Amino acid sequence: MTNISAALLALAEPTRRQLLERLAAGPRTAGALAEGLPVTRSAVSQHLKVLKDAGLVADRAEGTRRIYRIDPQGLGPLRAWLDRFWSDALASYAAEVDRTADSKETRK
Amino acid sequence: MTLTIAPAPVRSSVRVNATQRRAFEVFTAGMGRWWLKTHKIGAVEMADTVVEPRVGGRWYEKGVDGTECEWGRVLAWEPPSRLVLAWQINGRWQFDPDLVTEVEIRFIPDGEDGTRVELEHRNIERFGAEADAARAAFDSPGGWPGLLGSFAAIFP
Repeated sequence: MTNISAALLALAEPTRRQLLERLAAGPRTAGALAEGLPVTRSAVSQHLKVLKDAGLVADRAEGTRRIYRIDPQGLGPLRAWLDRFWSDALASYAAEVDRTADSKETRK
Repeated sequence: MTLTIAPAPVRSSVRVNATQRRAFEVFTAGMGRWWLKTHKIGAVEMADTVVEPRVGGRWYEKGVDGTECEWGRVLAWEPPSRLVLAWQINGRWQFDPDLVTEVEIRFIPDGEDGTRVELEHRNIERFGAEADAARAAFDSPGGWPGLLGSFAAIFP
């Protein structure tokens, strides 16, 4: 479960959360992301590296620039857990609907 | 524009053999009868799961000894078609009033006496706020992986 831990730890830092929110609006360069933030450009690069290592952000080179974007598969293990959790819960719910089909409870 | 961070929401759906109204009722008033008993946060065995039927209502578990543990609250109550719950349980399996992730459930009539139930759990990136604490929980046998393990044992 280290992947979940890495992702959650990456998100624990307010600046990194801010960066992710900015990236949500669309892909950006590190320079554009740093604009208006009270941190240095190199700090932003460091944060982006942490986000990338945690699988939350992906990047690609475009000429001499590097463009960052949200990795839609980020938070993968957490999503996988929730996926499994909800599909099992809904299966249990559907079984309960069938089980009580005859009792026709209309209490409300 | 503020909080639309991109990680895709978790989606799940199921078709049930019930009218829309009954599907909604079993999901809400009957939640204690189908909620998986392994998924609780209280110290004692879970006796019931309660969704108070109104906007702002509480969503909580009741232990066999009568103790109550908050899970979240009702954000939208629109029987029989829609329900939005705030899931406010963090990675440590504790209620956190500052954490709000949304679970939206839609009940869509599907054929005669059938209802399609579509669930979406979104804002999952917000779990990150509790990351430091969550880390220990994730790595311990009693944390999510542990739960998942005991879960897998029940549903092989």
